[in-house]
Amino acid sequence: MGNHTRFDFEHNVTGALADDQLRKNLRNAMDILVDKRRAVFPDSEYLEQLRSAGNAIKRRALKQLPRLLEQLEANCTKNGIQVHWAEDTNEANRIVLDIMHRHDAPAIVKGKSMVSEEMHLNHFLDEQGIEAVETDLGEFIIQLNHETPSHIIVPAIHKNKDEVAAIFHDKIPDTPYTEDVEELTAIARRVLRKRFAAAKVGLSGVNFAIAETGTLLLVENEGNGRMCTTVPEVHVAVMGLEKVIEKLSDVPPLLQLLTGSATGQVITTYVNMISSPRKSEEKDGPKEVHLVILDNGRSRMLADPEFRQTLLCIRCGTCLNHCPVYVRIGGHAYGHVYPGPIGKILTPQMEGLDRAGVLATASSLCGACGEVCPVKIPIPDLIRRLRNESYDQDGSAVVAGSGYKKNVAETLVWKGWELANRLPVLNEMGTRLAGKVGKRMPKVGPLKKWTRVRTSPKVARTSLHERARNERVKDE
Amino acid sequence: MQARNYPERSDTVYFFGTCLMDAVYPDAGMAAIRMLESLGVKVVFPPDQSCCGQPAYNSGFTREARAVARKQIQVFTKSYPIVVPSGSCAGMMKHHYPDLFAGTPDEADARRFSERVYEWSEYLATVLAVELEDRGDPLTITWHSSCHALREMDVIRYSKDLIHQLKNVTLVELERETECCGFGGTFAVKQPAISAAMVKDKVDDIRRTGATTLVAGDCGCLMNITGAMEHAGVAIAGKHLAEFLWERTNG
Repeated sequence: MGNHTRFDFEHNVTGALADDQLRKNLRNAMDILVDKRRAVFPDSEYLEQLRSAGNAIKRRALKQLPRLLEQLEANCTKNGIQVHWAEDTNEANRIVLDIMHRHDAPAIVKGKSMVSEEMHLNHFLDEQGIEAVETDLGEFIIQLNHETPSHIIVPAIHKNKDEVAAIFHDKIPDTPYTEDVEELTAIARRVLRKRFAAAKVGLSGVNFAIAETGTLLLVENEGNGRMCTTVPEVHVAVMGLEKVIEKLSDVPPLLQLLTGSATGQVITTYVNMISSPRKSEEKDGPKEVHLVILDNGRSRMLADPEFRQTLLCIRCGTCLNHCPVYVRIGGHAYGHVYPGPIGKILTPQMEGLDRAGVLATASSLCGACGEVCPVKIPIPDLIRRLRNESYDQDGSAVVAGSGYKKNVAETLVWKGWELANRLPVLNEMGTRLAGKVGKRMPKVGPLKKWTRVRTSPKVARTSLHERARNERVKDE
Repeated sequence: MQARNYPERSDTVYFFGTCLMDAVYPDAGMAAIRMLESLGVKVVFPPDQSCCGQPAYNSGFTREARAVARKQIQVFTKSYPIVVPSGSCAGMMKHHYPDLFAGTPDEADARRFSERVYEWSEYLATVLAVELEDRGDPLTITWHSSCHALREMDVIRYSKDLIHQLKNVTLVELERETECCGFGGTFAVKQPAISAAMVKDKVDDIRRTGATTLVAGDCGCLMNITGAMEHAGVAIAGKHLAEFLWERTNG
């Protein structure tokens, strides 16, 4: 995945579309998530206000990001949390590895963290002889099956119950086959409890980092996040630098937007607010807390006033749930850590357009993602901007690998299109010629692809222009 | 989306025919014009008009899109409302022109142009407050919402208002009415497999309604869906809303 294998989107799409079980699983799951979100936000006016508030809070944070990050570091340090900065994923991995080595830890228990996926941390640690144990149920399932998450909130959503039953039976020793959800959960708990108890180091992500207080906020539903952050002696939190927000009072609207959009919950079962390691008078909690703050291309996004909006994202995943493309191809087809609409704008910026620019073509620009985004990221506009940068006609592109699609043939086609639509004589001649070609447009060029599942458009013998003139519609 | 303030009716309106209507659906275009005229509005069809520019704009060719868009701004010079029988083209002209020309000498003209753009059913239902008399036989239809009519122009309620005025027409709604049909302009040929899966599901949804006619307000979606229905041998007619309403009220 990602950095390690060549990315063939078309191949992935073909495979995903041919997998009926996958499409059925996705459709069922996305329908449930969409319905739950709708149910938790019944008042559209209120939701609109909340989205505007969320957008304003995150915008304000991005506007003063360097200052807030410094403030976060200062307050965390004051609280006893050790802050580390990582320019790229390599550096972030090294930081985690150092901590593991210092504590002589052979394994790390992990709560769900997309940044750790972005780092390909499990793979990296594995190469160093250290075992990473996923403890989120969905992550646990796919780790058993040597897969990566297919969704940023519900990582095993592409699997149904029967498939999970088979994985448990095959991959966990001495596990009888069962499709009973309670029993399956109990099996996972039995395996994971032992790992929690034995682990010296636990890892988690961060949903919001509050600069004002030096607090790390983490939401989850399974309690595994709390286990990872409290049972081991050392807790390592990893976050992208856009996760910092200004103050505690920014939390309630963002939290409401996050859990409502992600899972349709008013609040998650666990809301962890981590402000320090164990204090001397306390009986439990980690003795060390580390915070790794990752850049990995985010500063570059921040520098552009339009692309900066990518960093508003709070990783709720609702754009995936509402996307007509995601629901048909699933997360793995995107070939990178972040799938769906947010992935279409995030991945090309992180990996370079030349490597991942194809993702920007995988959108009908229907606008469903932008409509539901809790922080109002104009995802379709950013996809369109990436398409511009793919050709970089005027040399003003800012994304790495831009201009990778620049080619004379396509430019000429659009130049021709421009002329035909700018010069009335050419325009009329074009439609007239097309009308005379026959009843159907010939199946060449783009129409070859069009006609795989559709008949060719019938061009009228007499265009609207001619009709309007012949039938005496006024022309001025 | 904020509700739009509608002006008093104007004696004269401009009609922007869209490139797809021009070449593939001129009957629908003429119906849209005749419908406006039958409501006592003078319709002007500037012959030098062409395309809103969206195909290039969405494909990464902003320069070409701007050149074609500029042409439209130069053609529709008078202060008449510009009525557009497509939520997608209207969305382009109304919402994207200001961005497309931001920081260029044409910005002010573009903004003035954008303010005058109305989707056809929106203009009929609001400014003209049309009352339709259905003269057709009983008929069951279904309706497809174009994404841009729905999300950029927010005019689906007006299109449906007009349909609901037809007393002999039963509208059976799609199960997934707000889901894209997979057209997306060049998307249909840049990602043909995904687009094909989307339009197939749309056709299945349409079939399940039992309707004999599919009505839509956008020629792009219509061309995509009817093309797929025809290819699959599904005998359901596809009609643009304007043509449908004109036939029902003048039949």
